[in-house]
Amino acid sequence: MPALLVTGADLAGAGAQDLLVEDGVITEVGRITSARGADVLDGEGLVALPGLVDLHTHLREPGREDAETIASGSAAAAVGGFTAVLAMANTTPVTDTAEAAERVLDLGRAAGLVDVQPVGAVTKGLAGEELAELGLMRRSRAAVSVFSDDGHCVHDARVMRRALEYVRAFGGVVSQHAQDPRLAGRQACAHEGELSGRLGLPGWPAVAEESIVARDVMLARHTNSRVHIAHVSTAGTVEVVRWAKAQGIAVTAEVTPHHLALTTDLIAGYDPTFKVNPPLRPREDVDALRAALADGTIDAVATDHAPHARHDKEHAFVDAAFGMLGLETALSVVSDVMVRGGLLDWAGVARVMSEAPARIAGLRGHGRPLAVGSPGNLTLVDASAQVTVNAADSLSLSRNNPWHGRPLTGAVHATVLRGRVTAQKGALA
Amino acid sequence: MTTATTAVAPTPEAATRPRRRRHLLSSADLSLPEIREILDTAAEMHEVQRRDVKKLPTLRGRTVVNLFFEDSTRTRSSFEIAGKWLSADVINVSGKGSSTSKGESLRDTVLTVAAMGVDALVIRHGASGAAHQVSQWVDAHVVNAGDGMHEHPTQALLDAYTMERRLGSLEGRHVAIVGDLTHSRVVRSNLITLGRLGARVTLVAPPTLMPAGIGAWSQSDGFALSHDLDEVLPGVDVVMMLRVQRERMSGGFFPTPREYTVGYGLTRDRLRTLVAANPEAVICHPGPMNRGLEIAADAADAAQSLILEQVSAGVAVRMSVLYHLLAGSDERPGHDHEGGES
Repeated sequence: MPALLVTGADLAGAGAQDLLVEDGVITEVGRITSARGADVLDGEGLVALPGLVDLHTHLREPGREDAETIASGSAAAAVGGFTAVLAMANTTPVTDTAEAAERVLDLGRAAGLVDVQPVGAVTKGLAGEELAELGLMRRSRAAVSVFSDDGHCVHDARVMRRALEYVRAFGGVVSQHAQDPRLAGRQACAHEGELSGRLGLPGWPAVAEESIVARDVMLARHTNSRVHIAHVSTAGTVEVVRWAKAQGIAVTAEVTPHHLALTTDLIAGYDPTFKVNPPLRPREDVDALRAALADGTIDAVATDHAPHARHDKEHAFVDAAFGMLGLETALSVVSDVMVRGGLLDWAGVARVMSEAPARIAGLRGHGRPLAVGSPGNLTLVDASAQVTVNAADSLSLSRNNPWHGRPLTGAVHATVLRGRVTAQKGALA
Repeated sequence: MTTATTAVAPTPEAATRPRRRRHLLSSADLSLPEIREILDTAAEMHEVQRRDVKKLPTLRGRTVVNLFFEDSTRTRSSFEIAGKWLSADVINVSGKGSSTSKGESLRDTVLTVAAMGVDALVIRHGASGAAHQVSQWVDAHVVNAGDGMHEHPTQALLDAYTMERRLGSLEGRHVAIVGDLTHSRVVRSNLITLGRLGARVTLVAPPTLMPAGIGAWSQSDGFALSHDLDEVLPGVDVVMMLRVQRERMSGGFFPTPREYTVGYGLTRDRLRTLVAANPEAVICHPGPMNRGLEIAADAADAAQSLILEQVSAGVAVRMSVLYHLLAGSDERPGHDHEGGES
């Protein structure tokens, strides 16, 4: 593979530099005058970030290849600026064995666009009862270190306690989908408040998330283990996480682009495109999430990319599938909301979209500073690009795109995985 | 037949006026003048009901499908009779229980029915918003005959119609709606329609049966809330008792049926209080009733009770709604203005 010379990109806000990647590793940073034989990527006017890492995607393979495959999801990820994604375990069959995890890893490698790192289930079949083979998944070629029953909450306190204790042996982390099923059951589909009351939709109260997060940070303290809170959606959860971090509890947290930007009023027309779990929340929560991401209380942005076949969304609102696409739009949303909004600089974006998620997931080849010796994973961003999202342009197999028609400032220009350009200007390279 | 037709013939003005409303999805769709027009036409339809020959030719050649995903003998029959008395071809279709992810999507089910050439779809569905969604998928007129816990606009119209017939204008009248507000589509539609007609509404229920965010909602929409029926009852003009579903009783919403009745039932004692404070006061219930639970038999059968009149008004109001949506519609010119034939 020829070397790659990226010229004149602003390295995460630290000033314009050239950057040379050889054999997948950054070998030179500065003013590079000779790089014979290297492919050149003109980075003038662009911002270079370490390749983005997504802690939370649903790639639907195996089981629902009509909605997404590991290959199509990888393509969407590459176009969205990602060099690594974690693939959630709620497939059919569930990723709850070493073999299942290795299969996801291998399919990701075969697609070859991003590093696809499987997340292992916490409990067998996501049933919330017996621990899955956490240690065998860890010892597998996939080296699983993040475990989650995402889509379901590990609601039994004793099961959660045992999972936290068990993964401590090998430095694993449990990513919790915080939803007390007694307070927010299967039908719960709208933020519980005035609007859900008016619309007659079953409410999903903030406390159903907050009470589980409060319990789990105490369990993390008790077990001296690490817990990660998936898709934080409420101001109350932010308060609990902030308090727990102040106590020195090993808790990390992620927020989705949609919870940073979209509000619950979008469901007023009963369009299931805006049905997601946890639900879109009011403006006050959105503001609290933005502030928490800016001040580090929330560590990372994670997409919760959740593709669905059209017919699974064409039910009555309460019956339609939960979830929305996110991989291709995440960087633009964060750019628009956080950077243009003055809450984060580009170094901050590198932190929340690459460094922190790589650290949480234990991905050593990702999230490293753009310096000599780091892997050649980078994302070039055109910070001033004005984009209007068009759902039809997506490389995902699904079209449940809540961003359709929205103007956003900032777009991924190119994605580089270990020195190879995987995507450029919205298309695979 | 021709003489019957003249009773409901659109005025020349109405006949030439372009159709203003395509669907009836929410009570909020109807402005006060539209509500008035529907209720006035309903009164004319109601007169027709008293005749030996009830059938009007107004919707001859039109097809109305009652697409019911949820059992409802009362509402379905009411729409069926309404359509038939307007000479529409009325077909009842029971939708299969909807299911998530598996089986046919709601859109496919509805498109299949609509593809048969339907002028109006009357939809009852257990999920809130279903009629609203369906209206975006089909060309037919859609009438919401109850969507989950959301709305039931024809029920609110018939309630208003019934109350007005007994009380005259509802402007400034005080209506108490009592019972399971959380799960009631009747209350959501009634709040809107009664509000537009100028009535003062107080909702009464234990906190566990009040919808989320009702505090802010009541403030912005200007209705009152109470947990104390005995405080509210004296002086109201209308007390509307809502059905308490049997399945809620084990849901932990209240301790026992007995306790519910003591707190929120229209008992014999409360009937006395109601009538003593206001001899003109009336009692409504959208049915079906749980006699002995939310309403005592004495109250249900009292002279003050409008419950059977509600049912009778239901047909007239639904005739009026179908008439307003379908007659004079310009998409099928050959069928226009049949009511004016005479």
